[in-house]
Amino acid sequence: MVSQNGAILALDNVSVNFGGLMAVNEFTFTLQKGELAGLIGPNGAGKTTIFNIITGQYEPVRGKVFFKGQDITGWRPDRVACAGIARTFQNIRLFEDLTVLDNVLVSRHSKLKASVLAAALNLPGYINEERVAREKAMELLDRVGLADLANAEAGSLPYGQQRRVEIARALAADPELLLLDEPAAGMNPEETSRLMEFICDVRDKFGLTILLIEHDMKLVMGICERIRVIDYGVSIAEGTPQEIQSDSRVITAYLGEEACEYS
Amino acid sequence: MSDKSRKTILTIILIGFLFVLAWLAERCLDEYVMRVVRTGLIYVIAAVGYNLINGIAGQFSLGPNGFMALGGYMVALLMLPLDQKKFVWFLQPLIWPFNAFSFSKPFFPLAVALGGVAGALGALIVGIPSLRLRGDYLAIATFGFSQIIIVLANNLIPITNGALGIKGIPEYADIYRCLGWAIVAVLIISNLANSSYGRAMKSVRDDEVAAEAMGIPVFRIKLLAFVVSGFFAGVAGGLMASLITTVSPNLFSFSMTFNLLIIIVLGGLGSITGSAVTAFAFALISEVLRFVESPMTIGPIHIPGIAGMRMLVFSLLLVLLMIFYRRGLFGKREISWDWVFARFGKITGKGAEAWSHKTERS
Ligand SMILES: Nc1ncnc2c1ncn2[C@@H]1O[C@H](COP(=O)(O)OP(=O)(O)OP(=O)(O)O)[C@@H](O)[C@H]1O
Ligand SMILES: [Mg+2]
Repeated sequence: MVSQNGAILALDNVSVNFGGLMAVNEFTFTLQKGELAGLIGPNGAGKTTIFNIITGQYEPVRGKVFFKGQDITGWRPDRVACAGIARTFQNIRLFEDLTVLDNVLVSRHSKLKASVLAAALNLPGYINEERVAREKAMELLDRVGLADLANAEAGSLPYGQQRRVEIARALAADPELLLLDEPAAGMNPEETSRLMEFICDVRDKFGLTILLIEHDMKLVMGICERIRVIDYGVSIAEGTPQEIQSDSRVITAYLGEEACEYS
Repeated sequence: MSDKSRKTILTIILIGFLFVLAWLAERCLDEYVMRVVRTGLIYVIAAVGYNLINGIAGQFSLGPNGFMALGGYMVALLMLPLDQKKFVWFLQPLIWPFNAFSFSKPFFPLAVALGGVAGALGALIVGIPSLRLRGDYLAIATFGFSQIIIVLANNLIPITNGALGIKGIPEYADIYRCLGWAIVAVLIISNLANSSYGRAMKSVRDDEVAAEAMGIPVFRIKLLAFVVSGFFAGVAGGLMASLITTVSPNLFSFSMTFNLLIIIVLGGLGSITGSAVTAFAFALISEVLRFVESPMTIGPIHIPGIAGMRMLVFSLLLVLLMIFYRRGLFGKREISWDWVFARFGKITGKGAEAWSHKTERS
């Protein structure tokens, strides 16, 4: 049993396999409230799979997942989302035919109190809730600097903006824990540094706990307070960016030559 | 006056106008044309409901003919006069409670609504097992369930009178009732499609995994779309039973679903108003096209009448549309007041903005 004292997220010895391949093997991890932590490892190490375990996409064959002390193992993804865990996807998954505003509003649906009947008949109670949801969504888009794109079709936006919309959509659910899967993938260095600012900013403004997966070492080393390294589904190191950069296991298993640049 | 209440008033005026039009039509047009118009309105009801599950929620169902059958038989059983019931079920008696009562004319709208409930219940029972499937599998499952309903209609003689069907249903589905139900269907389905529930349905259509991760209860949202769609299929089936005055398993065969599929694809998957317009046009055009099925002599060539030629024309149209205009006539767009203002503005050269500025001050 992993000690949880005050941890917002705790993974206790979770394992997942895909037809014999141990994608994640006895992985244990805790995250404190307010932390900004990173999860790194080579391609196919099992990072995304860990996100999928946390969000209920995959059920671990062994082990448990705790969120704010509650056992959420085996919960359906929508229930996990409602409990306060939001995520983005490695290969962007926006609702492409919907506008940016509608994408964000989808995340507010689970907060809706009005019944289907009230919505179908456009009753005042529903109209009111819809108005409030729209105001909130616009306010959020404003805060993340996407307000002028509110009515653009999400699928028509350039890549970098789609990534920001995905983050905005995740934030709209009012999460306590935000999981970002390679938020800087496909961005140029300038976009990446703006994204770094954006992530730090979002954490402070929204009081979030953030766990992110990233291959861009500059980003990870630059903003994460704590980093966990996995390889072949097994945890191999954990520490501050400085500790990780000088860890011999990490250097051999993962960072290789890249490590020299930062040490 | 706010933008919203202005649109509400315009909608009310439009509805009033449609009823006046219906009144005029009844006075001026002959019985045959009015039948076509009423059929068109019934198609509108079924098509907008069908578009909710297929176009808005993106779940490929092939089931509406089954749910229309449930509504049709429900209305037949409720409305058929008692002496007519004795006459129809002369070999095997009709089961209780339907043998004990029949609705009088004022209760016809209630009977139609109960037909809708029958369709909705059917959709609930079919949806729970089949909506866990996706794409082609879902299509096959819903097709199978609909066929089961038709097979049951053929064989549950104490309820359906089998293949002979039920004759002598009072013809209460007049133009006003058909129009009224069509308006209710279009308004409710568009409200729903534009609401938070509709957004949830569209998110499921675009990306189920992402929708789930954003807290959307995917299965329940699909089931909701399916059940509402089943309700309006039932309503349409019920009105059709009363329009034709008979129901039989043949009336609700798969070709009904095929027609509806053509309509919603032609009109644009996801466009409710597109479906409504196309459904009405489909009924009219398919009547006009009746001549292609009659015997013809073109010069020296004599063509005997071929039943089903109309479907050939529609199928051809569908193929052409899929090649040149894949998203249908309306795509996902809706005919809304904003759209009308924009059009109106273009024609008069004033623009929608000028129009709204003027009214906002008053
Ligand atoms: N649904 C699945 N079915 C089968 N195998 C899978 C599935 N998902 C992941 N895997 C396998 O599990 C391993 C870990 O995959 P995962 O996506 O978690 O890696 P990752 O660390 O996120 O890699 P990357 O940096 O490339 O995104 C890989 O070998 C992958 O092929
Ligand atoms: Mg990954």
